[in-house]
Amino acid sequence: SITGASRAIQKLTRVRVVDNSALGNTPYHRPPKCIHVYNKTGVGKVGDKILLAIKGEKKKALIVGHKMPGPTMTPRFDSNNVVLIEDNGNPVGTRIKTPIPYILRQREGEFSKVLAIARNFV
Amino acid sequence: CRISSDGKPAKFQPPPKPVIIDKQKQREEKRFLSPEFIPPRGRIDPLKLFLERKDMIQRRKVFNIPEFYVGHILAVTTADPYANNKTNRFVGICIQRGGKGLGATFVLRNVIEDQGVEICYELYSPRIQAIEVLKLEKRLDDNLMYLRDALPEYSTFDMNMKPVSHLDHEEIPVNKLQVRMKPKPWSKRWERPKYNVKGIKFELPEGKMREAQKWSQPWLEFDMMREYDTSKIEEKIWKEVSEELKK
Repeated sequence: SITGASRAIQKLTRVRVVDNSALGNTPYHRPPKCIHVYNKTGVGKVGDKILLAIKGEKKKALIVGHKMPGPTMTPRFDSNNVVLIEDNGNPVGTRIKTPIPYILRQREGEFSKVLAIARNFV
Repeated sequence: CRISSDGKPAKFQPPPKPVIIDKQKQREEKRFLSPEFIPPRGRIDPLKLFLERKDMIQRRKVFNIPEFYVGHILAVTTADPYANNKTNRFVGICIQRGGKGLGATFVLRNVIEDQGVEICYELYSPRIQAIEVLKLEKRLDDNLMYLRDALPEYSTFDMNMKPVSHLDHEEIPVNKLQVRMKPKPWSKRWERPKYNVKGIKFELPEGKMREAQKWSQPWLEFDMMREYDTSKIEEKIWKEVSEELKK
């Protein structure tokens, strides 16, 4: 059963890993869940870093899209999308097929490597 | 030269009068007032509405906002400081038009690379650089939010779609498409009569449909307190708006 989106991404939300990393794409009997949001409030929006529990391991990730409607003119996705990331900001995967919002380009310094592997922008 | 049976020449029959279809008049008769001009119900100062309408007309003089309904496929180019070329083009089907006055919005939906994306645009935002109508097509409903729970093929539109030509004087065609849904659970219980959805092909068993009718409120359409007749207000506003736009 799936609950609707009330806040964006917080602890225990199931997320969808969007890049082509091995960790994100190999099937596991439990979906990847968020365990911590690196934010003053516990709610993560687009461009926030979170801690995921995947396949029994902890991994940091970057939020690239959520189901909750945001400011007007920004896209709202049909699933909570997330890109796996290392501690220094390097993405784990090599390609991101799903569309990424242009807002992430505002913080080009932190996310330049993630934006470099992204293919489509919305 | 026609000769009748008498032998005398037949009575002069004047030729039938030619029927002139004046297309300009037809276009004027077809009035369209954008729904955001219609004032909402409630105690609102008409001066505020008048000033908002003035600003809306000013914006429309500078930038052409075409006539569109829910179900049309639009391409919107916005100015985006973070995009390459500084412009951002998005193609999608309009699923909802909301808001009144300058804050009028419309939501476009498209499925890109198996990911559904919806963007809510403000009609009168100065960031919008162009709105093109790619396909004129009305649907059976005013609100196509159920497309979120429908199979993704009904929301996919090619980003490089060519505009489908439409003659000015023809009526906008109504697409009586019945959309097939993904298996339940849905984000909203679309089978309930509250949503009054006509464009879904419900494949639910008879028992579920009858159970959904339990929530029907047949007295709502006869409720006099909820009546809001906008015909006279619309005519006044239409005259005002069309006069201002002609100047």
